[in-house]
This record gives sequence, structure tokens and C-alpha cells, in this order.
Amino acid sequence: MSSAPVVLEVSDLKKHFPIRGGLLGTPVGHVYAVDGVSFSIRRGETLSLVGESGCGKSTVGKSVLRLFPLTSGQVVLDGKRIDDMPASSLRMLRRKIQVVFQDPFSSLNPRMRVRDVIAEPIINFGLAKDRADLDRRVAHALDTVRLPTDAAGRWPHEFSGGQRQRIGIARALAAEPDIIVCDEAVSALDVSVKAQIVNLMQDLQKELGLAMLFISHDLAIVEHMTHRVAVMYLGKIVEVADKRSLFGAPRHPYTEALLSAVPVPDPTAKRDRIVLQGDVPSPIRPPSGCRFHTRCPYVMDRCRKEEPVLTPDATGHLAACHLHDLPASQNPLNKAGPTAFRAA
Amino acid sequence: MTEPLLSVENLQTHFRTPDGVNRAVDGVSFHVNAGETVAIVGESGCGKSVTSMSILRLIPEPPGKIAGAIKFEGRDLLKLSDKEMRKIRGNSISMIFQEPMTSLNPVLTVGRQIGETLRLHQGMSAADAEKKAIEMLELVGIPEPARRVREYPHQLSGGMRQRVMIAIALACNPKLLIADEPTTALDVTIQAQILDLMRDLKRRVGAAIVLITHDLGVVAEVAERVVVMYAGRKVEEAPVRELFASPRHPYTRGLLGSVPKLGSSLTGHTERLAEIPGLVPSLKNKIQGCVFAGRCSEATDLCRAVAPALEMKGANHMAACHYSVKESVAA
Repeated sequence: MSSAPVVLEVSDLKKHFPIRGGLLGTPVGHVYAVDGVSFSIRRGETLSLVGESGCGKSTVGKSVLRLFPLTSGQVVLDGKRIDDMPASSLRMLRRKIQVVFQDPFSSLNPRMRVRDVIAEPIINFGLAKDRADLDRRVAHALDTVRLPTDAAGRWPHEFSGGQRQRIGIARALAAEPDIIVCDEAVSALDVSVKAQIVNLMQDLQKELGLAMLFISHDLAIVEHMTHRVAVMYLGKIVEVADKRSLFGAPRHPYTEALLSAVPVPDPTAKRDRIVLQGDVPSPIRPPSGCRFHTRCPYVMDRCRKEEPVLTPDATGHLAACHLHDLPASQNPLNKAGPTAFRAA
Repeated sequence: MTEPLLSVENLQTHFRTPDGVNRAVDGVSFHVNAGETVAIVGESGCGKSVTSMSILRLIPEPPGKIAGAIKFEGRDLLKLSDKEMRKIRGNSISMIFQEPMTSLNPVLTVGRQIGETLRLHQGMSAADAEKKAIEMLELVGIPEPARRVREYPHQLSGGMRQRVMIAIALACNPKLLIADEPTTALDVTIQAQILDLMRDLKRRVGAAIVLITHDLGVVAEVAERVVVMYAGRKVEEAPVRELFASPRHPYTRGLLGSVPKLGSSLTGHTERLAEIPGLVPSLKNKIQGCVFAGRCSEATDLCRAVAPALEMKGANHMAACHYSVKESVAA
């Protein structure tokens, strides 16, 4: 995997939304939605961005799609910088990065037949040679997502949530992208349907060698789907690692708490749950030092003043936490171990 | 055996729609003992929320129509007048809804909303109600309750709003609390806080809980007994450990197999998720045979023709399937 070419590289991405107030609408503050995020995704790889609402994970997704201008930072797609590219030259590059949205009901135009929904990107990017080729491509896209060919002539409202999500995936694939951003793409689906879509996405990734940025708050699904995981908290990535390493031995107290908070469908499981106190602070006035210090069970004086940076351990597991500067015997993260799976 | 606190008998909630009768709940029976936590699990449209709304008679009639019997402390709630029913709602049976954002009144302070039930049901004065509201906020773990009691819902975070909902629900010491997806709209760390709170309060207050959810993880954590619903019917019921250890209905097995378990990357369970093919059947047509037959990999002609009855498949374990093995029921 590590030899595959990098499809998407993001460095020090920032997106601050101004809060306007007063009569003149002058900015009175900023929401620091994403505040210095870096990662890269290789061909055939899934990177998951996890975190709770308001951590900035969806803003990262929208930023790499260039759905709005960035505050600062670089986004390199297939070797080309797209963060400062003018819209006119970006247009054709958008083919390479496609998106599947969360809500299969609002992300399809109810007045377009399924055929037209899927044909739109093919036409926009000039992929079809002629009418027959267009029809062939639409049929192929439907076939790829395991929908019958006669679905093309029907309307979105005739389909269930899971089927609509398949249509959304078909639309994304029709553009022949190199990378797909899935923003909570399975969160709105029922359990049994979710499993169908998760399996489909995994199959497609293997068949097509796609890169995927999988944005989700559902840690069990993420663990099932992904190769690598980046955990976000208040606009920053606090930990990045291979899934085995991250789920097995989290190196950030937030990840540890997050994993321990997930209810496990096994009534015999005995776990040490870490219940974090309080709520996520406002991204308008993020806390000083480490942003997690207000809720961290292991907080030290240094955490309140000095912001930790992402530092790798021997295996390349990145974490931004001062605890790792302590002698190993005093680091609470070492003795806690994999809190989530004690029962197994 | 003592009389259960709540017993729902052959509940049928149907809705008249322009294109036929929607049998949202079609003959569901279950009971809840005092102090017990029973979870009702199922996917969207299985009738679990309609069941809970029917218990409190919150279904508008028409177009809805509730039949059967809902016995609460020996009285059939379906036979009570609207006035008598109002005395029960929020008093001895109360409810927590999924969306704490929309179920609180945005123009009233939190204190007013907690106090409302107290003033209505217990005839408290405004001043006493506010005092009690502060106590309730403290009970559900809201910091600075004396200040928060005068705040409006928009000033609170999602987790705190859900705590306020719980405070309202518990204000009159209900005997039964119906929680309809109480943590679905919340983040995991907040969900953990609320589940902890519910467990803790149950110990202290001793109310029975009917928990409506689709999240099997939440079920495993808080429920004692589980009712699995599918397409408006109860397909299985068992104590929680028994259900997760040996599910007897193919739908329950499918449901359990289709959720990935945290820790899969360590235990090596990274195979494909089990899929339940197909879709939930429409409830507008009377379903011949087993409701799950259309999606069941083991379905036979018998399943498609004859609806299986709920049978005891083991001690306290009930399932509606022709083919699930029966354990010899030992005394």
C-alpha cells in the first residue's frame, strides 16, 4: 500500500468562518472550524476522519472538494495544487474527486430521472463519445452499484434510502474519479441496509482501486471499512494511525475515551468506560494549549499552556499529546491498554 | 407471579391513508414489570415508535386507530377518557423523545417547562415548582442549576437539552418512563454520559423503562429484556444475554450480524458484514405468511403461506419462526 501513488495531499489546511455582526456586518470573530490539518491518501486506500459533531471533519471534506475557498493551506490532487486554482481550471479537475453525501433524500434532484442524475457528470466532463456511449456508461454505473438497468427510467422517489444511496454512489463513479469523499455516507441508513452499502463500497474500492476519504462518527463502521484513521477534535487532528494500531492502543486520551464510549452489542462485555465530563468547547474560542485539556482525565499544567504537536512513535503512529514526553512508566495511556475490547 | 406494571395485549395501531390501511403495529403483546428495563428494537418503520406513542395514546385518531388493550396498573388505558389520560401522561408514565431540540419549547425557560408538570399534576406553587426544578436539574447533572433554570433551550448544548428532557420526565416520579431513541441524536461521548445517567437514575428512582432504539449497542448496555419488532409484529423476545448469545429468529440473527463490532481489527473479524437482502415489506397490504419470509434465506413454502405464531423456544425466550429450534424447556 505504501508504494501506491499519493492521490490527495493536504497540508496545514485552515478554514475559519467569519462571524459577522453589527450594522455593517464586519467580522466580530471567527469559527476556527479547521485549524491546521495535514494528511495524505494513496491510491486504493481509505482514510477515515472521525470525531464528534463540530470537530470540523465535514469542513475538511468540503475544503478538499473546494466547495468554498480555503483560509490557508495546500491541497494537492494528483500532483496539482487545487487550493488556489481559479474555478475555470478547477472545473475539469473536479472529475477526479467526487462526493457521496449523507442524506440520500436531499442529495438527489427529485425532478431528474435516475438516468439524468447519473448522466450529468458524464456529460459535464465530456466522457461520452456519443449518445450510445452515454447510455452504455449509465447502464454500467447502475450495474456497478448492483441496481437493475430499468432503474434508469425511474424517479428518485421510487427508491428506498439504501437504493438512493446506491444511485448517489453511481453518480460519483460515473465521473471515473480517483478519490471519493464519503461524508457520513451510511449514517442515515438502517442497520441492515447500512451493511449492504458498506459491503458495496468495500467491493467497489477493491475493484476500482479508488482512494476514499471516509468521514464518519460511527467508530465501529470506520474500523470495519478503513485502512487508516485520523481522529479530529475541535478543528485539529489529534491522532493518526493504521486502524489496528489506533483501535488497539490509542495514543491520545480523546481517542481512548471515544473508543470506550461506543456501546458494544455484547451484553457480557465488561469495559472500563471513561466518561468525559462536559461538552466540546466552542470553536469560536478554542481553549489555550491542548484543545482537549478542558475534558482530559490526565490533564497536566503543561497542557493548559503549550499546544502539543503530532509526533510519531517508533511505528509511525502519530499523536499530539504531552503525555508521551513522560517516562513510559508514568504515562497513563500505556497502562490503560485497549479499553474497548477487554472482553474479547 | 405479581401483576406486571404494564401489559400490552394484541396492540393494533392502524392508519387510514388514501391508498389503504397502514398496519403500523399489527398484534403486538409484551409486558413490563415494575423497575425493569425493556428494549424494543427494530429498524425504521417496524412500528416501535408507534407502539410507544400508542401506550400514551399520542396517536391522533383519526387517521390512527388503536385496538387491543394496554393495561397499566390494572387499568386499560385505551378505555380511559381524555381527561383521565391527561392525568397519567407526564405523571405516572412519562416520555423522553429523540430530538431534544424540537421537543422543548423554545420560548419558555427550562425551569418553566420542568415546573409545568409539577404544577399541573402536583398543584405546586410557581415558587415551589422552581425550587423543585433546580433540584431536578441537579439530579440530572447540570452544573449551576440555579442559573440554568432561567435559561432557554437554545442556550444549552444537545446533551444538556436531553438532560432537561429527562428532568421533565422524572419530575413527577413516574412509574414508567418511555424513552424513544433518547441518545440517537447525540455524539458518542455525550451518549455515554446520558446512558450512564439513565442507569444511575434508574437505580435511584426505580422507574421501569421502555427503551425504543435501533442501536444494538445501546440495547446490550442498558436493557434487561429485549423485544425485536419487524414490520409491525413482534418476532422475538428474550432476556438480553440470551438474545445476543442465541438469537432464534433469522431477522434477529441478520440484525446482529450486520453491525460491525468495535475491535474487529484486533480479533481478526474483518470479513464482510452479513447483509439482509431486500427491503422491509409495505405495511399497506395484509402480509400472507411470515412477515420476514421475503428476505429470509431459509424461507420455505410453509413460511410464505402460514404466519408462524410466537412460541416459547427456551426459558423466557419467544420467537415467531417455523424453523427455529426449540430448546427443551427445563422447568
